[in-house]
Formats: sequence, structure tokens, C-alpha cells
Amino acid sequence: MTALIGPSGCGKSTLLRSLNRMNELIEGASTRGTIRLDGRDIHDPDMDPVQLRKTVGMVFQRPNPFPMSVYGNVAFGPRIHGVRGRSALEETVERSLRAAGLWDEVRNRLHRSALDLSGGQQQRLVIARLLAVEPEVLLMDEPASSLDPISTARLEELIGELRRAYTVVIVTHNLQQAARVSDFTAFLLQGELIEFDRTSTLFTNASDRRTEDYITGRFG
Amino acid sequence: MAAVEPRASQSSGRGARHAEVVAKILLAASATLAAGGILVITLFVAASGWPLLQQTGWWAFVSGRVWSPGTGVFGILPMIAGSVLVTLGALVFGCGLGLPAAIYLAEFAPRRLAGAVRQGVQLLAGIPSVVYGFYALTVLVPLIRRVSSGSGYSVLTGGIVLGVMILPTVVSLSEDAIAGVPAEHRLGALALGATRWQTMVRVLLPAARSGLVAAIILAAGRAVGETMAVIMVTGNVARFPSSLFDPVRTLTGNIALEMAYAAGEHQEALFATGLVLFLFTMSLNLLARAAGRRKRPG
Repeated sequence: MTALIGPSGCGKSTLLRSLNRMNELIEGASTRGTIRLDGRDIHDPDMDPVQLRKTVGMVFQRPNPFPMSVYGNVAFGPRIHGVRGRSALEETVERSLRAAGLWDEVRNRLHRSALDLSGGQQQRLVIARLLAVEPEVLLMDEPASSLDPISTARLEELIGELRRAYTVVIVTHNLQQAARVSDFTAFLLQGELIEFDRTSTLFTNASDRRTEDYITGRFG
Repeated sequence: MAAVEPRASQSSGRGARHAEVVAKILLAASATLAAGGILVITLFVAASGWPLLQQTGWWAFVSGRVWSPGTGVFGILPMIAGSVLVTLGALVFGCGLGLPAAIYLAEFAPRRLAGAVRQGVQLLAGIPSVVYGFYALTVLVPLIRRVSSGSGYSVLTGGIVLGVMILPTVVSLSEDAIAGVPAEHRLGALALGATRWQTMVRVLLPAARSGLVAAIILAAGRAVGETMAVIMVTGNVARFPSSLFDPVRTLTGNIALEMAYAAGEHQEALFATGLVLFLFTMSLNLLARAAGRRKRPG
């Protein structure tokens, strides 16, 4: 699990979006460089961005459940990827909701609107929706930024569990969160990667002064 | 005009305050006049049509199949059918062409092309009704005459012309509805590996549903009320059509064609026709508003 930290506007989210080629959806965006997934260049002409985004899923800053039922949200991914049949879908929905730690809270209201859930529940629902397409990598762009402290704690707990099964890349403004949950940390400043190291090393013994200044709160 | 700006009045004393009061009264008067005008017209139409409706009976008037002013028989069912059929035809053509266009513009078209198409469609809204009618009369009517057994003046012709006329309404309102779906829904679907088309069909269109329904109903309202282009191409026979190629008369056409020489109860019958037409368009507008206001479904 890798955390991306740095002051606002330093390019964390942009870097994150490059990883599943979501940047391409912004008109006028251009890309350089190489990103490899399991040894394969994701910009390879044979690489289908749609397939890539299935493998490399993304959670956004604000929870974005679709305006449909809880069940419909989680079943959305499997459905568009061709899963038919009630029992298969039901099984996937339950497994994904359990994995996102939401099953017990929503099992009795699967067919009610997802928009009635709390912010924290919505964010976990979005994660469940993502897990349902069986990705390998999870990208999270400040997933807790719109949540209250209790929901944030629950979400962090969940992310802590997910990191065992998935490669996770998380953007965060919250340095304690980065220190708590990640194995590696990258510090970005004005579009440049300043330092990348084990989280423990970077937080206790940064090799670049700018990194040290940032994590000790001297700027940013 | 400066007097209506609050800041100007605060800084320059009594004269300005006086001007503000005057401006306020004038503005209130124009607003009242505008709203009052609508009320007066409505009341006038209702009052003028009322005696005949009393005499014939509401039900007999709207369900009567014979319209014969000479013998004093007034039934407008053929015209109601005419308006409904021509409007349905317009919706088939207008939505059949307009909805895909709106989807394309909102999600798939390159920005420059979208701009050009949008301009073009908006230009359609600026063409006067009579020009549409004239074009259809010289091109479409002969064409339909050739492919059918009829005269070319028909339900179908009217539907096609009106379909083109409501295109700007359908396209721009539907595009707005689709573009108004929060960007997060779109990104969320794409980030799950949905194609753009899947995103459109499964997320954007359902989320935009109420706006799309409102767009279609408003377009229907326009079609029901259109007059000039319709009388030029539908043949205006006050009789039930038995095929798409039969001529037909609409409610609007009924009034426009006979108002010049109608008098007495004939004139009253035309006002009563107007009242029915007014009820049609008003309920369509109310429906559209209700659809547009409805919260996005869960």
C-alpha cells in the first residue's frame, strides 16, 4: 500500500488518475512516461482502457453512489461486465458488501435508494461496488475527506483490511492517516516526485529537506 | 434606470428614494399587466365559448363526430383526434431524431462539432412557421403523394413537419438534462470499467429520466399549439382519418380556418374549441413541470 502526500495542487490526484487512464477523459490532457501493470505498459495499444479501469478501480473524494438501489449499485459492475443470473449476482453483492464491512448495516434495505445512506456508508458502498468487479489495484483519492471522524475511523479500518488482498494507492492530506495505514509513501511537490520510501523511513528519517519540512508542518 | 439600483438610492438622498418608489410602482404595474393579460384572455375565451357549451353540452361537444357549422352541429372529436395524431407523429419524428442527437451532443461529439450542431439546431427554432409550411407544401406533400394513394396532405406530413419544428426543444432540453447529471456518476461508472455507451444507458439516462420526460412533454405542448405549418400540409378535412395518409384537421386549424367568417354560435363553437385546446396545452405544461420537479428516483 502506497500513500501519496503533498500540498494541494502538487499533482497527487493527477498522478492517481494516470494510473487508470482516467486523465484521458479530460479534454486537452496529455500524457508522457510509462506506467506498468504486471509488467505491461498500460498505454500499450493492445491495452483497452475500459479493461484497465476494471482491473484498476477508483474511489473518489466524495462518495458517488448511483441514484439507484444499494443492490443496483453493487450489481452494476458485474452486470456491465456480463454477469447474468440472479443467484450469481446476489452472491457477488453479498460478498462485496461483506468485504466492505457494510453487509450488516444494509442487508435489510438492499432495494432501497443508496442515496439515503450516510456519507460513511455511501463511501463503503462505493468500495463494495468496486470490489464487485474484482479489481487488482484500488486507487483512492482522499476517500475520507468528506467524512466525520467516526466514519473516517471505520473507513481506515476497512482500508487496513483491504491492503492485505489488494494493491492500494491512496491520496491523502492527512499525514497521520498516511503514516498509520501505508507501507510506502511518496511525497510530491509542484508536480514533482521529491521522495519515495518506506513510510517508516520517510516519516522518521527523510532524506530530502523539503519532505522533512512538509511532514513536520513547516509548510503546506 | 439607475434609480432602481439600491446603492444609488442609498447614497443620494430623498430624490433618489422617490425615484425608487416610482420605479417600483411601474415595475409592479407591468408585471400585473402581463399576468392580468393572460387572465383576461383566458376569461374572454371561456366566456365566449360558454353559451355554446351549455347549449350543446360539454360531452356532446368533445365527443361529437360531426362538425357542420351550416346546420348547427358542433362536434370536435375529429379535430381532437387530429391534434393528438399529428402530435404523436411529431413526437415520433422529433424524439426519434432529437434524443439520439442530444445523447451524441452531450457525451460523444467532439466539442467543436457539438458546438456547430447545437448552433444549427437552434437555428431551426428561428425559422418562421409559415416557411416550414411552405417548404413542406412544395417538397414534402408531392413526395408523400407519390408514395401513397392519398393527396399528400396527411397526418404523416403534418407529423414530419412538426417533428422537425420541435427538434430544437427536444434536443436542447434533453441535452441539458443529460449534461445536468452530476459528473461523479459518470466518472464512477467509467472508473468501474463501463464503456461510454454503458455509462450512458445505465447511469446517465436513468438519472436524467425526469428531465427527459419533461423535455418530451414540453415538445408535445409546442406541437399541439402549432398552427400555420400544420394547416398548410394536413388538408384540414374535419373527418376522422382512417390511415396515416388521410387528411386531418387539428384544433388549431379548426379555429384558424373558420374564424374569418364565423358568427353567432359558430363563433362561439370556435371559442369553445380554443378552450379545449387551451386545456390541452395547459395540462401538458403542468405535467412537464411536475415531471421536471420530481426528485431523481432511487
